[in-house]
Amino acid sequence: MNMITEYITFLKERYPDILARTGEHLIIVGSAVILGCIVAISTAIILTRFKDGFASSLSFGLANIFQTIPSIALLAMLIPLLGVGRNPAILALFLYSLLPLLRNTYSGIKEVDSNIIEAARGMGYSSFQRLWKIELPLARPYILSGIRLTTVYIISWTTLAAIVGAGGLGDLIIAGMANNNNFLIFTGTVSAIILALAADLILGFISKDRTIKE
Amino acid sequence: MIRLEKVYKRYADGFQALTDINLDLEAGKIHVFIGPSGCGKSTTMKLINRLITPSEGKIFIDGEDITGVNPVQLRRKIGYVIQNIGLFPHMTISENVAVVPRLLKWDEDKIQNKVNELLSLVNLPPETYKNRYPGELSGGQQQRVGVIRALAAEPDIILMDEPFSALDPISREQLQDELTNLQENIQKTIIFVTHDMDEAIKIADNIVLMKAGEVVQVGTPEQILRHPANDFVKEFIGKKRLVEHRENPFLNSFDAEGVPSVKDVMIDKPVTASPSRGLASSLNLMEQRRVDSLIIVDKNRKLLGYAPILNVLSEISDETKVLADVMQSFKFAVKPDDPFTVALEFMGQNNAPYVPVVNDANVLVGAVTRGSIVRLMSEVYPVAEEVL
Repeated sequence: MNMITEYITFLKERYPDILARTGEHLIIVGSAVILGCIVAISTAIILTRFKDGFASSLSFGLANIFQTIPSIALLAMLIPLLGVGRNPAILALFLYSLLPLLRNTYSGIKEVDSNIIEAARGMGYSSFQRLWKIELPLARPYILSGIRLTTVYIISWTTLAAIVGAGGLGDLIIAGMANNNNFLIFTGTVSAIILALAADLILGFISKDRTIKE
Repeated sequence: MIRLEKVYKRYADGFQALTDINLDLEAGKIHVFIGPSGCGKSTTMKLINRLITPSEGKIFIDGEDITGVNPVQLRRKIGYVIQNIGLFPHMTISENVAVVPRLLKWDEDKIQNKVNELLSLVNLPPETYKNRYPGELSGGQQQRVGVIRALAAEPDIILMDEPFSALDPISREQLQDELTNLQENIQKTIIFVTHDMDEAIKIADNIVLMKAGEVVQVGTPEQILRHPANDFVKEFIGKKRLVEHRENPFLNSFDAEGVPSVKDVMIDKPVTASPSRGLASSLNLMEQRRVDSLIIVDKNRKLLGYAPILNVLSEISDETKVLADVMQSFKFAVKPDDPFTVALEFMGQNNAPYVPVVNDANVLVGAVTRGSIVRLMSEVYPVAEEVL
């Protein structure tokens, strides 16, 4: 009982700080995911236009390599290049977001029924119209689920960004560890979880496919 | 008028898909391209809207060489229906039908009128169907939409690639009928690809029969049935449909004594029913097939007996009775290899309307009827031309 009242007092005192860290967290996640979407989705679209598989295996291989570098190492490696702060963190997280976004977009477009593509071609859609009116709308559920998945885990990985001085909820956790303050650790962790769940819920709602399919 | 001149198609891997195709396809007719799978019929059709480019040769539509035309523009002027329907699942029925008019930037009022008109044409009331998605329609309904979508921009030419082959037989028949009725009003040039000879005979004005990338024969259904060009055509048409075969069914089949055997004379699908069939539905079947008795067989088609219409009528008020209760057994049956005179003699002596034909296991294989005897007589003693 005592602990709960103590925690409430703690929240009252520190809430501007908590909100600021949450804001930073969202900015880092948002920048990384939006950049990732722009790069990965457009790359995936271009890759689907190639008939032979070389370009796509090259791109997937690259994205895969980024994925396998341990995140703490990737952040450390970026310090000499970009220094400390928000930018190296965004860059690292952006690199991590590429693979799932690339993969989902690419397979979403590839999965569109070849009969539908043939019908669209035969009816006189130009290549761009076909992409815009047929392929992307039909691949939409795949693409959105890629974004959802990526956002959720980038939110959790962003807590690591604090070690390169990018701020965010990770700051609370690190500060908590340094001062042996469990409230700080707890608040940082729970806030990150809540953000991830909220993002999952919202993006899940958006990606719900409302057209009826057989 | 569509004209293909010395068209060849070779693929990069050396496969020769089409060899020296020369065709003149008259405007306003249904041209059916038919042949076994891999014969190049779809490939030939897709040359017309440039989904496939020929390696050599020229294709003209109304005198204009289409190899120089922008394929996207060309395709908007040619209706296209594919086998697997290819409706866009994320668009409503009305949006699907409106695709090409929208690509051609018609005004919205005109598009809506056209959509309503076309949906009504194929008995899909617009108010009910317009805003549904393809997944909510049956296969037959979807393909109706597929067909009217090809008509929406009022093209002169419509390409149909095995459009009805994925449908159940009843829907297929319906859509074939609807297509021929529709064609009487719209008079489009329709290129229809199929591998089903019955379908071709039913709807074609002109049949193009293909094999291994070459055109084997071109002609009306009548010409092809009467004068098949070679053995491949004969085989493809199937013996049963061949007029030639029907004209002389006995010349080759007379047995040693010069008398045709039962199997040459019999009808092979007499009207049969199972013993558990109710009387009212039996009466209905008799009316439908215009017979006055049903041959009763068990589920292995073993012959059990027959039910004359009078027996059925006298018991029809009793709802519990079935055919087994009014059945009589046959006094006589013949074997397929018996001379047909055996059947004839029995029918004459007993005033029987028909004799069942069974094999050694007592399984029904056909029946010799009065009708089949009359047909035989008219073949053996044809009326001299002068009399007609």
